[in-house]
Amino acid sequence: MAFDSHEKRVFKQVGTRPPRPDGVDKVTGRAQYGADVTAPGMLTARILRSPHAHARIVSIDTSEAEAMAGVKGVVTGRDFALPEDAGLADIAVNVMARDKALYDGHAVAAVAAVSPAIAKAALKAIKVQYEVLPHVTDVDAAMQPGAPVVLEGRALESVPAGMSVNVTHASEFGHGDLAAGFAKADRIVERSFKTAATHQGYIEPHACLASVTVDGKADLWCCTQGQFMVRTVCAALMGMEASQLRVTASEIGGGFGGKTTVFIEPVALVLARKTGRPVKITMTRDEVFRATGPTVSTSIDVKIGMTKDGRITAGEARLRYSGGAFPCGTVDMGAMAAFAAYDLEAVRTQGWNALTNRPKEAAYRAPGAPQAIYAVESVVDELCQILKLDPLDVRIRNAAKKGTKSSYGPVFDDIGLLATLEAAKAHPHYKAPLKPGQARGVSCGFWFNFGGNTCVSLNVNTDGTVGVTEGNPDIGGSRASISLMAAEELGIPYDKVRTIVADTASLGYNDVTDGSRVTFSVGLATIAAARDAKTKMCARAAKIWGIDEEAVEWKDGAAWPAGPNAGQFPPMSLAEIAAVSFQTGGPIAGHHEVNADGAGVSFGVHLCDLEVDPETGKTTILRYSVFQDAGKAVHPDYVEGQMQGGAVQGIGWALNEEYIYGRDGRMQNPGFLDYRVPVASDLPMIEAVILEIPNPGHPYGVRGVGETPIVPPLAAISNGVSRAVGVRMQELPLSPPRVLKAIKAA
Amino acid sequence: MRYEKPQTVADAARLLTAEKGITRVLGGGTDVLVQLKAGMVEPDLIVDIKALPGIRAIVAEAGGFRIGAAVSNAQLGEDAAVRAMWPGVVEAAGLIGSTQVQGRATMAGNLCNASPAGDAVPALVAAGAVARVAGPGAARDVPVEAIPAGPGKTTLKRGEFITSILLPARPAKSGDAYLRFIPRTEMDIAVASAAVSLTLNDHGVITAARVALGAVAPTVRLVDDAAAAIIGTKLHDDALAALAAACSAACAPIDDKRGTIEFRTEVAGVLAKRAARIAYTRAGGQA
Amino acid sequence: MSSISVSTTVNGDPVDFVCTPDESLLDALRNRMGLTGAKEGCGTGDCGACSVTLNGRLVCSCLVLAAEAEGAEIATVEGMAGPEGLHPLQRAFIDHAALQCGVCTPGILVAAKALLERNPDPSDEEVRYWLAGNLCRCTGYDKIVRAVQAAAAEMRSA
Repeated sequence: MAFDSHEKRVFKQVGTRPPRPDGVDKVTGRAQYGADVTAPGMLTARILRSPHAHARIVSIDTSEAEAMAGVKGVVTGRDFALPEDAGLADIAVNVMARDKALYDGHAVAAVAAVSPAIAKAALKAIKVQYEVLPHVTDVDAAMQPGAPVVLEGRALESVPAGMSVNVTHASEFGHGDLAAGFAKADRIVERSFKTAATHQGYIEPHACLASVTVDGKADLWCCTQGQFMVRTVCAALMGMEASQLRVTASEIGGGFGGKTTVFIEPVALVLARKTGRPVKITMTRDEVFRATGPTVSTSIDVKIGMTKDGRITAGEARLRYSGGAFPCGTVDMGAMAAFAAYDLEAVRTQGWNALTNRPKEAAYRAPGAPQAIYAVESVVDELCQILKLDPLDVRIRNAAKKGTKSSYGPVFDDIGLLATLEAAKAHPHYKAPLKPGQARGVSCGFWFNFGGNTCVSLNVNTDGTVGVTEGNPDIGGSRASISLMAAEELGIPYDKVRTIVADTASLGYNDVTDGSRVTFSVGLATIAAARDAKTKMCARAAKIWGIDEEAVEWKDGAAWPAGPNAGQFPPMSLAEIAAVSFQTGGPIAGHHEVNADGAGVSFGVHLCDLEVDPETGKTTILRYSVFQDAGKAVHPDYVEGQMQGGAVQGIGWALNEEYIYGRDGRMQNPGFLDYRVPVASDLPMIEAVILEIPNPGHPYGVRGVGETPIVPPLAAISNGVSRAVGVRMQELPLSPPRVLKAIKAA
Repeated sequence: MRYEKPQTVADAARLLTAEKGITRVLGGGTDVLVQLKAGMVEPDLIVDIKALPGIRAIVAEAGGFRIGAAVSNAQLGEDAAVRAMWPGVVEAAGLIGSTQVQGRATMAGNLCNASPAGDAVPALVAAGAVARVAGPGAARDVPVEAIPAGPGKTTLKRGEFITSILLPARPAKSGDAYLRFIPRTEMDIAVASAAVSLTLNDHGVITAARVALGAVAPTVRLVDDAAAAIIGTKLHDDALAALAAACSAACAPIDDKRGTIEFRTEVAGVLAKRAARIAYTRAGGQA
Repeated sequence: MSSISVSTTVNGDPVDFVCTPDESLLDALRNRMGLTGAKEGCGTGDCGACSVTLNGRLVCSCLVLAAEAEGAEIATVEGMAGPEGLHPLQRAFIDHAALQCGVCTPGILVAAKALLERNPDPSDEEVRYWLAGNLCRCTGYDKIVRAVQAAAAEMRSA
């Protein structure tokens, strides 16, 4: 749907900050999250996990566990169907290992019992015989000839012959003559970078409750970013028809991309089918870290040429990503995003994915982009230092804008990069003096944003209120923004609208809550559904008035006679039309179904002031500002919240968060004690500056905002630290031992 | 597993001694429950000592303070008199875990958990604190540095447990301080730590000192060479450098997920210098 | 494992329950008493989502044995709102958008209430350090600090 450009719209409700509709439930403890649901007769299941990074499963003896009092069912990989589709088959094998355990924490068996204690005891009674195999957890090592082979025969056709068997994906993007571009440069910098795998770190562990009847009807409650995705995948793994599996999304305690796939849901379903009892599974935090989706770990080379006056003449990047033990296309995103902020004559990026004995990658906010952009923005910053140029001026000079042929192919439409750069430059933060020992880091960020399959119903109640039924879990206040758009479009107060998240039996298919798509796509569909309802309400009014439907228009929450009939009848409000709807043709509802495109790319710029303790290498963030184009900010509080929360996740990534592996290939820090997400006392206030450059692809100009803010912090902080200590840092996280070592080596 | 909450020290000792299997003493529980959750230990008996007489009391004794083994660090931090005499010890105890953990965790538990990285322990060692140990026999007093035997191991015998820790009296012009290095500002285990307790004469010369290091060896280390480096000085730069060097020399750390040998060795010296300066100022010295 | 019978007080109400000796207070609250406001984010005292007060002290209920609740006074998020409506902190969290997913919110509210009872006028830094044991992965803490300060100001002027 195109932007409503016919008028300079003055919004009445969109852009205000009303209380979120689920607020009271969430501040009183009433909201039901994944682990809060129970069922009569429920069993508890626990999962046995591999203690080895890579091992052949020689045998699994479950007989002793099955014989224990209170144990109702045990399953292994044999109990799951293996779908033909390679992507679904990978999910199935990740859910429960078959012939090999591919990483520390890979599920190998599960037990359902009458109590958690019995389930736990039964796990110990399962005897698994492993043949331990050589493992590889480092992406560069996995790409070497002779590296331990994680899986064979998984390379896509694009992978050239002669590469390590572990390489599954290869991609290339770009345009122009690189050699000619580098020849024009006054200075070329070439650097290599590494980034550790990080975890989404949602506070709520995965949890689900499954129930399957003897006639094959199943219900599943779970915390997920997409109940329809869960249905699709679980139905395939269960050999069920979609209509027989109803999936209800609970409230979700954070996801950030990590709950866009399944881990425990098929296990609960298979156990429920096997035992005939409802089965609940709740992951422990240890399981969340060891067996759910971290990000890719990466190794990246970047080469950039620049003229003395700050024009980038050419850019090149080689990206090696590992998405763990299964094929992963995230490197494509990195290769596409790396140079997206720049208007370049010559640019090329190449990406490869390699298998390692790590958990299967799951999306995390702008998957693949933060790492690539960190590497590029680091080299741009170094060139600015060398050439003594202002880092924002250089970015302004080279910024992509409307009409720029992007580094990954498409030509940009209206984008907000220049506006955010100029806002950052004009902001008091950028002019604030720094004390000795302090430094300021700058970085741009980018994300594509997605639209996707969306289905919304909007029901007009006879008392003049409205219910919106949508199919995307509310992960950060989306019910509020969707209610706002419905209220805006219909011209009724916000508190007359209630938006609910439907189960899979109550609405058509919706893609998962990802790609920053919900406020954009569900909002777009809600506006269209409201317009559908308005058309119907105008028709009802026309019927009452005895005039043509076309001669009625909707404004300010009411149907008005228009054209030749203008002023002939008093307007009928939504409530008045709804009240008599049973006499004019029955209930009134609007619907909209769409595979939305036009999401509109998103750019942001972050500024970070910091200082580094020269004797310990510890970084303290002193001031942090986020500038981002939100298109139209529907509920500015929650737009700011996305910008602040994303920035802080990026700060954690830059400073301390990492998957640490021992020589045995096992994760060393599977808990919040040693996987160090930022705590409140680590941080300053995060100033969020919203810019509103309307997205041409949305009627209100909305863009997704959720993912872009995690992209810039990696380089903003690394650039600040590099300037503070006088050494170019090339590896994340910037943990104190690493920074102190760099200081000492300088 | 059984849970018992005895009312007397003798009953507690009897229960612990009689149990043939694995026992755990429950004070604040902030280590014990984590171990239970992780399946690291499956005790047959848990003895909750919080009902024992005086176990939650702070009592003035012999010019110092006797801290009951179940006194939470939050309770300790609220005691102005202890804080005034042993600010370094109180701050060290106050660094352990979150506000929530502070409401439960105890110094005695920190000592008996026997982690080389326990925050309270270096400060207690520097303070010359003495643990009172109850058990099947008569109560005995043990210097705190003699309690840990290695990571997760103590020198306590079967049936023994700590009932209190005595922070001794101290001369005028004394001060102590504890600093630890953690990557975040809160919620981490010390990567390296240092505690310094010292006494000055009227001229600001250090006449007595104790320096203890944490997380750089299998147990907390009392470093006599480091103390010797600053005794007789006014903590000028060369004394501080000698202190740092002595501390680094005393380190025998490991490489692990929290830090490297190189980092711990370097930073232990840095922290000792910084802690010494604070302790010196607290003692009334003019830095 | 033989069960233990426990008599306690939760949010002012007398409660009797039976638990196993190794059961945490968090599990007892959630599974025996139906109070699912306190969440298990880690089970090891690192995230604070299970925060409750025990005899007036803020604790992680995952680090308390249920058996220890005998004779104790426990307060959970379910007891924060009174007959007169939401607690000022609860209102402030909604008004200042201090929650996104909301799963850490019960623990943070309980912890913030305990702070303001001890220190009615905390600095931002004091709020941040007091709440350092309550992980929030959504908000970056900015709006949480603002909401706590807004509630504190309201409570001081009440």
